[in-house]
Amino acid sequence: MTVKSTSRARKKAAPGVPDSARTGQDAPAELVQLLTPEGDRVENPEFPLTVSPEELRALYRDLVLVRRFDGEATALQRQGELGLWASLLGQEAAQVGSGRAMREGDYAFPTYREHGVAWCRGVDPLNLLGMFRGVNHGGWDPNEKNFHLYTIVIGSQTLHATGYAMGITKDGAEDAVIAYFGDGASSQGDVNEAFTFASVYNAPVVFFCQNNQWAISEPTVNQTKIPLYRRASGFGFPGVRVDGNDVLACLAVTRWALDRARNGGGPVLIEAFTYRMGAHTTSDDPTRYRSAEETEAWKAKDPIARLRAHLEKEGLADEEFFAAVDTESEALGLRVREGVRSMPDPDPTLIFDHVYAEPHALVEEERAEYVAYAQSFEGGE
Amino acid sequence: MSKLTMSKAINEGLRKCLETDPKTVIMGEDVGKLGGVFRVTDGLQKDFGEDRVIDTPLAESGIMGTAIGLALRGYRPIVEIQFDGFVYPAFDQIVTQLAKMHARALGHVKMPVTVRIPYAGGIGAVEHHSESHEAYFAHTAGLRVVTPSNPDDAYWMLRQSVESDDPVIFLEPKARYWDKAEISAAPVLDLHAAKVVRPGTDLTLLAYGPMVKTCLEAAAVAEQDGHRIEVVDLRSLSPVDFATLAESVKRTGRAVVVHEAPVFMGMGAELAARLTEQCFYHLEAPILRVGGYFAPYPPSRVEEQFLPDLDRVLDAVDRALAF
Repeated sequence: MTVKSTSRARKKAAPGVPDSARTGQDAPAELVQLLTPEGDRVENPEFPLTVSPEELRALYRDLVLVRRFDGEATALQRQGELGLWASLLGQEAAQVGSGRAMREGDYAFPTYREHGVAWCRGVDPLNLLGMFRGVNHGGWDPNEKNFHLYTIVIGSQTLHATGYAMGITKDGAEDAVIAYFGDGASSQGDVNEAFTFASVYNAPVVFFCQNNQWAISEPTVNQTKIPLYRRASGFGFPGVRVDGNDVLACLAVTRWALDRARNGGGPVLIEAFTYRMGAHTTSDDPTRYRSAEETEAWKAKDPIARLRAHLEKEGLADEEFFAAVDTESEALGLRVREGVRSMPDPDPTLIFDHVYAEPHALVEEERAEYVAYAQSFEGGE
Repeated sequence: MSKLTMSKAINEGLRKCLETDPKTVIMGEDVGKLGGVFRVTDGLQKDFGEDRVIDTPLAESGIMGTAIGLALRGYRPIVEIQFDGFVYPAFDQIVTQLAKMHARALGHVKMPVTVRIPYAGGIGAVEHHSESHEAYFAHTAGLRVVTPSNPDDAYWMLRQSVESDDPVIFLEPKARYWDKAEISAAPVLDLHAAKVVRPGTDLTLLAYGPMVKTCLEAAAVAEQDGHRIEVVDLRSLSPVDFATLAESVKRTGRAVVVHEAPVFMGMGAELAARLTEQCFYHLEAPILRVGGYFAPYPPSRVEEQFLPDLDRVLDAVDRALAF
């Protein structure tokens, strides 16, 4: 996403303008919210949610552990253990809420930032770090946890998700798919083609857009003149904007959308309105394009703080619980740290492995050439 | 099987695929009721239904991307791109996703997707309907690239491509769609084997797809001048069967590569470089290349001058023999 913003867009994105005006988007009344930033439960008749204290505590644990893992990865990049890291800081609720809405047979197609969804699917966090360390390009078995490989080309995976969902329909199965993407990707042709195919074939796919306000340095106003969720109506399916920092709202709305898809209702676009608290990746410097005031304002909407406030206010969790989560969080940090540091470099012949499923003469020839060349150095100077 | 045109042979091949493997689906623009703009999928939707033969929205990246998703779900999609020049919107999905998926998943997922593309010129078409872009695909690791030159190969190579667990770019020489030939009862060669289609002793013509017929005609004319020209049909462009090629070139000592694509950075460059390495002490002349010019494919009134024909092939043959 290196396209230069237009002068017109720059004018509209002048600093100091409130978020809603910047993005040309309407009042927050449109936002589905079930838990306020202060930690108070609110009801939404369209998206009722019954959630037990135990479930609330489990969500809290997910959020804390996901943030811990993410923070650990950022630190590991700073220490030179990872080449790059794309932090999800601030987006934990959008990912945990939608991830926990999925059933076992459902399938997720992530971008490269869905560490929280991976967590919910049961993918080992160390698997995610392999590609950021440079030992593979992903490499986990997507079918083991129904969590596809990370996709770096912006928006490509939304078509894979749609095709997969078309296959579910052909199979007569009752599963559904979630395609993750961001506000920047919403401009990609592939995402718009995915909307078209999903709509025409009534595919059981939920398009989950985390609008984190920034596509590297470009604000959402560079991508759209209308709120993103409204794009859905032009394609003939519903769009919902949800408070992306509210794990309960994300859970309820995604669950509704997945059930609808499973029951033949077709696709839904969910726009999770959230904020990327950190840099785009560890190579990025957000101070060049956004204000500290903006980031501070979003800090007050933190997804973890509001759930903790709710648990405390309602007496649903005690100090012992919070302490236990913190202990578990420390242990996860340690496991990730040690796991990454002891992650071996692959054998160089990995280059030739799996280029094709069946033998390919040229690849085999070049592998043999490489091996012979490498061996010529062994024992000699 | 009786004599079939190439388009009918591919049609029969597709029919067989749909019959034998319930996971195969055909996707493309106008492939259903119309039977494709070249009628290659004629009658298939009627017999196998709209679920197996899918008329897609007009979005090539969408077709390719959803085919990848279907493959991830266990299907075996056969995609039709309507014309060579329309593949570029799908090029991103082909190169960044389709070609790399198996490697980046460390073999955990397979991409058995066949991409059929009518390619090359000579039919008097408008812009973007006559291109030869095989080098782009052959340059991409993870793709297999094949192109038949006759109906029998078209039938069997299509069957073999669809059975492959790798993505295959299947290039159909549209100028040869109406050529007729007998279809063998069983495949004679591996999908990636080259074939000596005319034996000779003085020089080897290396060609594939639409230019094989041109080279066979050139060899017949050269014989009247006393030159015994061997013609090798590459059939596969990735991988290339260099063993068969080198055996021929070592024997004849001279080679000319012929293709419709521009000579610069074309398949001929790779063939000449590798065969020079492999056959250096057998060569009596540098390996010459005949192909399209380094210019956009021209308006059809002058495409005859752009494409290699009998005379240009024979001119190169004469130059090689004169060394």
